[in-house]
Amino acid sequence: MSQFLQVLLSGLATGAVYALVAIGFTLVWQAAQTVNFAQGEFVMVPAFFVLIGMHWLGLSFWISLLFGLVVSIVLLGLVFKKLIVEPILPHGGITLIIATMALGILLKESAKEFYGAEAQPFPALFPGDPINLFGAAVSLRDLLNLGISLGVVVLLTLFLNRTRTGRCMQATAQNPGVAEILGVDVKRMVLYTFLINAALAALASFLITPVYLAKFSNGETLGLIAFIAAIVGGFNQIRGALVGGLLIGVLDNLTATYVTAQYRAALPLVLLIAIILVRPQGLVGTSEGRAV
Amino acid sequence: MRGLSLHRSWRLLLIVALLAAAILLPLGQKNYFIYVLTSWLIFTIAAMGLNLTLGYAGQISLAQASFMALGAYTTALMTLAGWHWLVSLPVGLTLCFVVGLVLGYPALRVKGHFLAFVTLAFNTLVFLVLRNEEWLTGGTYGLSGMPRPEFGSFSTDKQLPFYYFTLGVTVLAALGLWAIVRSPWGRAFKALRENPIRAESLGVDTRRFTLLAFAIGSAYGGLAGALVTPLVQFIEPGSFGLAHSLRILLMVVVGGAGYFFGPFIGAAVVILLPEVLRFTEGYYLIIYSALVIVMLVFVPSGLIGIFGKLRARFWPRRQVRADMAEGARLP
Repeated sequence: MSQFLQVLLSGLATGAVYALVAIGFTLVWQAAQTVNFAQGEFVMVPAFFVLIGMHWLGLSFWISLLFGLVVSIVLLGLVFKKLIVEPILPHGGITLIIATMALGILLKESAKEFYGAEAQPFPALFPGDPINLFGAAVSLRDLLNLGISLGVVVLLTLFLNRTRTGRCMQATAQNPGVAEILGVDVKRMVLYTFLINAALAALASFLITPVYLAKFSNGETLGLIAFIAAIVGGFNQIRGALVGGLLIGVLDNLTATYVTAQYRAALPLVLLIAIILVRPQGLVGTSEGRAV
Repeated sequence: MRGLSLHRSWRLLLIVALLAAAILLPLGQKNYFIYVLTSWLIFTIAAMGLNLTLGYAGQISLAQASFMALGAYTTALMTLAGWHWLVSLPVGLTLCFVVGLVLGYPALRVKGHFLAFVTLAFNTLVFLVLRNEEWLTGGTYGLSGMPRPEFGSFSTDKQLPFYYFTLGVTVLAALGLWAIVRSPWGRAFKALRENPIRAESLGVDTRRFTLLAFAIGSAYGGLAGALVTPLVQFIEPGSFGLAHSLRILLMVVVGGAGYFFGPFIGAAVVILLPEVLRFTEGYYLIIYSALVIVMLVFVPSGLIGIFGKLRARFWPRRQVRADMAEGARLP
């Protein structure tokens, strides 16, 4: 029982981080019809920005985190939108998807060539000491990762629902034409979406890299899991991606512990096919806008 | 090189000239050169199949390397067990076709780019099976020592005969695809790409045609795999990872998705570019992916599209239907 609780909690902790990535992916998909296949690399890269800040620029760890966040928002948000999405989107959705795949290769190979092919240690934000919770040994890091991720999701939801800018962003995602007529600065709102996505990816990167180490190939699995989380949850709303992320985190841990560690990476495929067959609009999604 | 662009007899002449070049080029060359040419042909076949899925049916598949793996391992296991290559080939192709149907059926039930996600996850699964099921696939050590096929007195053991054998298979595969694209069936694919809604309203069952395009395209991947086994005579899971699926996808896009000859050009670029950019050492993939992004910004229809743009500039012709130009783009 205590082992189960342990597995469940660390699953929730990783799942919450997956959810951050999935939420960013969903937001960009909704607001700019951009299926970002480089999303996994967007999570891999910010950790390297932090390492650059620490080892090349000689900044302290916390300043480097801030540096990594800002560089990520500029490069993965602003530059990504201006240089890749804006010129390619008019050529069609598939062309843009392929461009993001090429971008993924570009980021991955750049990290490998300019920083190194070996996994780089990444300092932990919090101590990983286990603490005792209902008889289960849980790491403080897992609890804090879960807390921070959920906190950010709550803040983001409040921002989107309670502030004027947030509502304008939602309007843009739902119907850009009407939003524009009503005086919403659609272009600016789409840009905000990209910036938020980059910030979420950077945050996820900082939370998950201490566990996985900074490695150029981290993006492959992370990206796949984020896509599946967004689809499984149903990508109409943020809570869909949240549910999807948590579910995959927990199921992944349970499969690895109780069923098979060798085939844990097959879980996303199974989940994906099951959800498409049974409930294509996702677990908490509404079927509206997703014609079967 | 689409239907309207070149006069028919000119095009035929061009094809005959290219074929003659393909026959004469390797004569008197080193083995390595012939090997590179052979792998160009094999990747062209894989890219032709993916071109059917991407360029004609407008769906992204990220599992073409996995289908190559299915074809390659089937051929390897059967030829190692003493069967002739010609017997193993239909088994591998059927396997890929059926797996394509099984994967595509759920993914194409819903709108959106679900096939891309399903095939992405499938690629991971195939890699895992190849690596973990050592009793069958040899695990990370892979399989080796597969014999090359013999046809009567024509043995493909030497590099040059094997090249001609591959060239023959490529020509047959291209003719097969040509027949598919030109058949009423293929015209349905084309209608689908130009305007899916109109196609559907004219009675084209888009879902079924897309599914078939994907399954046939996957079988072409299997064919390429069946040729990889006798070429390298050593296969291991690492040769069929996601990076390779992406590589084939970019071949199609770089050559020009939806153009019949796009895959030949795309595969040539992807096979030859590492040789040309050798002086850049590790930075080759960085340069290549950056070039692809730049190309997608300016000429989304690929290298054939650049050719078309240049020709339209210096040798303008009467435009029959402006809306047909749209079809040259990716849908």
